[in-house]
Amino acid sequence: MELVAEEKILELERRIKQLEATKKKDQLSMVVFSGELDKLLAAMIIATGATAMDMEVKLFFTFWAISALRDKEKRAKKKELTSKMFGAMLPKGTSDVKLSKMNMAGAGLSMLKSLMKKKNVASLDDLLKTAGELGVEINICEMSMDLMGLSKDEMIDYPDLNYCGVGTYLADAEESAIQLFI
Amino acid sequence: MSQEELVAIQADKVVDARGTACPGPLLAAKKAIAEITSGQVMEVLSADEGTKKDIPKWATKKNHEYMGTVEESGFFKIYLRKA
Repeated sequence: MELVAEEKILELERRIKQLEATKKKDQLSMVVFSGELDKLLAAMIIATGATAMDMEVKLFFTFWAISALRDKEKRAKKKELTSKMFGAMLPKGTSDVKLSKMNMAGAGLSMLKSLMKKKNVASLDDLLKTAGELGVEINICEMSMDLMGLSKDEMIDYPDLNYCGVGTYLADAEESAIQLFI
Repeated sequence: MSQEELVAIQADKVVDARGTACPGPLLAAKKAIAEITSGQVMEVLSADEGTKKDIPKWATKKNHEYMGTVEESGFFKIYLRKA
């Protein structure tokens, strides 16, 4: 009788260990792919909001979103001609990004920006600054950065800025309770 | 808690987040609650409608007691007791 009980306890302990190993962290993992203001705002509002909910936040910036992290003041060193051309056509930082809808050659964009001011909605720059202060990690996809003709030396100064590949994102996402793609 | 009881509360900390929209009030609440001790009461002032739903959800997650909301003209006050 006692032996059976002991075996049951051992079995339960084994199962608990198994569950603990697969338990998701209170963490948000987000792929930030889009380079338009509205989508970037959504991404950064969710990211900063998640820190308020005490979640760890890891952002993986890839493709069009990377241009928003360019620093207007910084100049990239040596680039190939095609990279140079591609880089020149992409937005140079947050002040250059457009709307995904109703941009109307910038008219919609400036309307939205003035509405945001009026309604006390934080700007993309403010959100990035807040995210940095709150410990939101930004990982830039090295491969797509290179593909877009961008380089590390033209990215903004941000506290937790890292460069990585898809493996890092997948490892982070696998252990995150929430995963998003924007 | 009744509205009369809520109005009578003297909060240990008042956070005025009326100048910010979502997620500003939530971030302000998170920052401010770190500055009070367990059992103390915090009052959050906000004009962002979403905050009314957000703060109780956040409080539940963090085990803080959501005491209630009082409407004022153009804004509202949310009362919480720190866990």
